[in-house]
Amino acid sequence: MTLKFTLSLGAGLLALGLATAQAQEPLKIGVVSVLTGPAAALGQQVRDGFQLAVDQNGGKLGGVPVQITIIDDELKPDVAVGKVRSFVEGGKVDFVVGPVFSNILGAIAKPVLDSGAILISPNAGPSTMAGKACHQNFFVTSYQNDQVHEVLGKYAQDQNYKKAYIIAPNYQAGKDSLAGFKRYFKGEVLDEVYVPLTSLDFSAELAKIASAKPDVVFAFLPGGLGVNFVKQWSQAGLTGKVPFLSAFTVDESTLPAQQDAAVGMFGGMTWAPNMDNPQTKKFVTAYEAAYKIVPGSYAQQAFDAAQLIDSAVKAAGGTGDKDKLRAAIKKADFTSLRGNFKFNTNGYPIQDFYLVKVAKRPDGKFQTEIAQKVFSDYADPHAKDCALK
Amino acid sequence: MTTGLLLVQILNGLQFGILLFLVAAGLTLVFGVMDFINLAHGVQYMLGAYLAVTFVALTGSFVLGLILALAAALAFGLALEFLVFRHLYERDHLDQVLATFGLILLLNQGVKIIWGAAPLSVPVPEFLSGNVALIDGILYPTYRFALIGAGLAVGLLLWFVVDRTRTGMLLRAGASNAPMVSALGVDIRKLFMIVFAFGTMLAGFAGAMAAPILSVEPGMGDTVLILAFVVIVIGGIGSIRGAFVAALIVGLVDTLGRSFMNDLLRLFMSAPSARATGAALSSMLIYLLMAVVLFLRPEGLLPSRGRT
Repeated sequence: MTLKFTLSLGAGLLALGLATAQAQEPLKIGVVSVLTGPAAALGQQVRDGFQLAVDQNGGKLGGVPVQITIIDDELKPDVAVGKVRSFVEGGKVDFVVGPVFSNILGAIAKPVLDSGAILISPNAGPSTMAGKACHQNFFVTSYQNDQVHEVLGKYAQDQNYKKAYIIAPNYQAGKDSLAGFKRYFKGEVLDEVYVPLTSLDFSAELAKIASAKPDVVFAFLPGGLGVNFVKQWSQAGLTGKVPFLSAFTVDESTLPAQQDAAVGMFGGMTWAPNMDNPQTKKFVTAYEAAYKIVPGSYAQQAFDAAQLIDSAVKAAGGTGDKDKLRAAIKKADFTSLRGNFKFNTNGYPIQDFYLVKVAKRPDGKFQTEIAQKVFSDYADPHAKDCALK
Repeated sequence: MTTGLLLVQILNGLQFGILLFLVAAGLTLVFGVMDFINLAHGVQYMLGAYLAVTFVALTGSFVLGLILALAAALAFGLALEFLVFRHLYERDHLDQVLATFGLILLLNQGVKIIWGAAPLSVPVPEFLSGNVALIDGILYPTYRFALIGAGLAVGLLLWFVVDRTRTGMLLRAGASNAPMVSALGVDIRKLFMIVFAFGTMLAGFAGAMAAPILSVEPGMGDTVLILAFVVIVIGGIGSIRGAFVAALIVGLVDTLGRSFMNDLLRLFMSAPSARATGAALSSMLIYLLMAVVLFLRPEGLLPSRGRT
């Protein structure tokens, strides 16, 4: 009796095993994003933007069902590398999508790429991986970081501003930012200010700006720094007196807190929620319905990353043939929310960049809107250092 | 650098100092009277800001929202005292640090679940939203003056309660010898509960008052907590007067350092290296100040009486 039972159980399990093997193997995708700490607002957009594209495709990408694992990098490189390594070593992973921040990308790139998985960054675009450290399995659906700061420098130069006051946090990305601005701005820099990443009160800096009377201010103050600065800027009566150009300081992740104080301020980006094409209209409507907030570039780039995977898996007929898959990804044969989008030899995009301006919508919500095109088909200069063809 | 700008920056420094005092007052009260290290003071400050966001939006009035937020912060303080803190009074400092650090993690995650991770804000109340023109055409926000007023009022109130009332007398007595006060028939537990809840409310008040000028986000209390500790260490632990003086000094040193360090260094350095050194040095200034004070007067500038 016992033997018989065991046998039949074994047979049953065997049959079950065969049945799963016959069903289509799902695409295994890891989404690495920051979901704890103050930066979680950005990470959630990446997660949700990606998920939205998958949901709209009925849980499939390229006709194959997907199995998504969400990995919270906690914005700590050591944590990220531990979690990601155990994930990619845990079995055949097809794609890793993430992260938001460049320092995390630096930590996870090696374990992911060593495992043979394809790494798609929906936001971080460091200069190193665009140049010498480029990799055939690494793609970026955002931009090369410097380009966003260059947009504002170019615009300030085009406007013929003579005197600029520029401000950024005192860390590597802050220094890169101001260097990017100055690459195109040829006027006089009255003062170049580096503030601690933990700054709360900017009244000292604002008083200096008011007394220096610059033609233009450029700021790179991401997250809470930007919220504090922008609110205090308007309270100090500077709104409308000095043009305010910025990078990652006024966007959909900070606007719910900045609100009216940010209206009329400028940023640089490759896309805005009011971009005039049908796919963007559909995306923004669906995203707002699902997540109750206005999507920013983070969500948009993650959505495009999912569309990219969808198009490539479809064209290559699965992920079995890596060379075929890579060739299909390079074609970027999908309808980007940005419209114009193609890959350079280094896996970074060649695309248009815009000056965007903060506006209040009729429904009372805030968003960035396209003001004018600053660069067309702009490729980053690091591609020449990349050995890939 | 003009005299006008210098005056404005001194005002900015005093104003930042007052903001720090608002946060540090509750911390030094609890630390001084109860000998309790409350790392959760920062998250209580954060919670005050979040409560202000909710209640101001709900009532549409800043004053009404502020009052409701204070009441809620007080209730929350009482609940925390009942659930957590009362079990820690007898324990040593390490246990208190561990438990209150746990509260930081819990509450930071908690506000994220309830209010979301994105930064929020409270609009500046209409009647305080204007500017006052100072020298050189520099405008100064009216709300900042209100903040200075609120800080001074809190300072006065605390001084009055601690130095001039019967409760204050018991507090001071309890701080120097709790068992003796208890033996005299005073319910020391109840006294501690009141002090603690009041401290929480002060933290909440600071958070609510800071909400219109600062970003309301998870973790906003952590930076402030460090600054508040610097203030009470410089001022002398448990001393309200010390906290007040130290907060003003820290505010002034930090603001003036950020404003003029570059110009000062540029007198004998090239511009780029002055910039790099200035940025590094000005963000270190208050910690250097703390080190110097600890070296010269380990008990702080104005240590509270009755403590050794």
